[in-house]
Amino acid sequence: MAISESHNRSRRRPVPPTTRAKKVARPPRSGPGAPVIEFRGVSKLYAGGDIGLDQATFSVDRGEFVFVVGSTGSGKSTIMRLLIKEVDATDGTIRVAGRDLEEITRRRVPFYRRNLGVVFQDFKLLPSRTVYENVAYALQVTGGTRREIRDKVPDILRLTGLSTKLHNYPTQLSGGEQQRVSIARAFVNHPPLLLADEPTGNLDPETSIGIMQLLYRINRTGTTVLVATHDQAMVDKMRRRVLELSQGRVIRDEATGLYARDETTREFAARLRGAGIEYPEV
Amino acid sequence: MRLGFFLKESLRSMRRNAAPSFAALATVLVTMLVLGVFIPVFQAATGAADSVRGRVLVDVYMQTTATAAEDARVHKEILALPHVRSVSFESKAKALAQQSKQFPGAYALVGTNPLPDTFHVTPDNPGNVLVVRSELSPKAPGGSTRMIDPAIKNVSNHTEDTQKILTITSIVKWALFGLTLLLVSASILLIANTIKLSLYARRREVEVMKLVGATDWFIRWPFVIEGVIVGGIGATVAIALLAITKIALLDPLTSSWRLIAPLQTIGFVWLIVILLASGMAISALGSGLSLRRFLRV
Repeated sequence: MAISESHNRSRRRPVPPTTRAKKVARPPRSGPGAPVIEFRGVSKLYAGGDIGLDQATFSVDRGEFVFVVGSTGSGKSTIMRLLIKEVDATDGTIRVAGRDLEEITRRRVPFYRRNLGVVFQDFKLLPSRTVYENVAYALQVTGGTRREIRDKVPDILRLTGLSTKLHNYPTQLSGGEQQRVSIARAFVNHPPLLLADEPTGNLDPETSIGIMQLLYRINRTGTTVLVATHDQAMVDKMRRRVLELSQGRVIRDEATGLYARDETTREFAARLRGAGIEYPEV
Repeated sequence: MRLGFFLKESLRSMRRNAAPSFAALATVLVTMLVLGVFIPVFQAATGAADSVRGRVLVDVYMQTTATAAEDARVHKEILALPHVRSVSFESKAKALAQQSKQFPGAYALVGTNPLPDTFHVTPDNPGNVLVVRSELSPKAPGGSTRMIDPAIKNVSNHTEDTQKILTITSIVKWALFGLTLLLVSASILLIANTIKLSLYARRREVEVMKLVGATDWFIRWPFVIEGVIVGGIGATVAIALLAITKIALLDPLTSSWRLIAPLQTIGFVWLIVILLASGMAISALGSGLSLRRFLRV
């Protein structure tokens, strides 16, 4: 119900990705064709001697939807933690939108993070705030005015199908709903890059499809989306580019073809649920 | 807008975390109450000790036959000695007048004035009273003492009393000083610890804020303001309790019970200012600094 409503809405008024993105994104140093994420020979060695990442090299272009898969400890989370600059690489260079992460000082990290949307397995919502306030906080952090908040927050919550839950606290929501709130918070600034670390790890399959559909919708607005997951079945069904890691190495990087870029979110969801059977929308 | 936002944030977090906020408030209240009692007590005690020490004198009694010329000579000699701050002269006539006022009748029986001329010598430091005394009456090699001037009959410093006064007052002063120091550091540790506990409960929240892209100060300001509010309320309540105690108990006691001279203590207004400022500063600093650990995300 909520999904189809917001879906229609996004059709009526598609989010212009370029103008929205310009406000928050730092213009890349190289031309428009430059990759959004670029890892070149990146290694991460943790203090205990564990290898987080071993000579990983890959790049992600603007507007791509990429899965990062691999078993536990393969380095998926390390990639995410490196990208949000929670940890620094031991070796190699990471560039995001043309910017070398090494150059960002500790003081500048918060400003860098505002260009990213991040979604976690455990949602990481502020427990003492309502749904509305949780999303508004992401805008307040960047110095958003009250008016901006009034304009943007209800919009994004409608897009994520949470219009009726504005004043609920996170503990009063289901897992799927909490993850929607966290996606809304990640996307309210319209970041050029959205990172999701096991976004469906705590959710049942049907709810997971809803979350993936939401991420796909965000991807269709031009946002680059990087999803770390170990849900192999989901990855197979989505048929998007897959980066597979094992023991910190990239062992597979392929764009699983056969998917139409212009697939609508409804078709997409139907395909995920299998064999074109259209379930009533939840 | 910014200040209003931070203020609202801190009020909200106080409402949502009522128990730890109340614990911090109660801690500030108790420590401020203890401090508020101890500062005047410490001051009164050291003031009393100092006034007792100030009364330590060396009395120089002249021969009863001493002439005015001899008095003048001895006066000059005493002033020339080191460690002498001041010398006051009390003539035999004046001494008699004072004594007969104190004990009327007693001196009327005595026909003549039996009292000698006296010099009261105040040393520059109460601790030097014995030095001054031995200067006035140096020990001779044989063990007997000899006065520096034949016109002096006797030098007295009430040795035993002086010793007692000096040791006791200095013990009291140092003990009080140590106790106050202990109390102040205990209060600071107590407040810091309470704040740390209440922050620990909210460390996940801080982590999430950092991940959303909040700067350190954006997160810190509400906590600092919260510290100011908690410290301010705690100190205000403590001051109110102190004021009630002062008006209800202390003031009537001092006015009706003038056994001892009114003690010189800190003015109540100053006490209020000090308690309020230190209460707010300690808890604001405490929360600002304790937060540092959790901001490293």
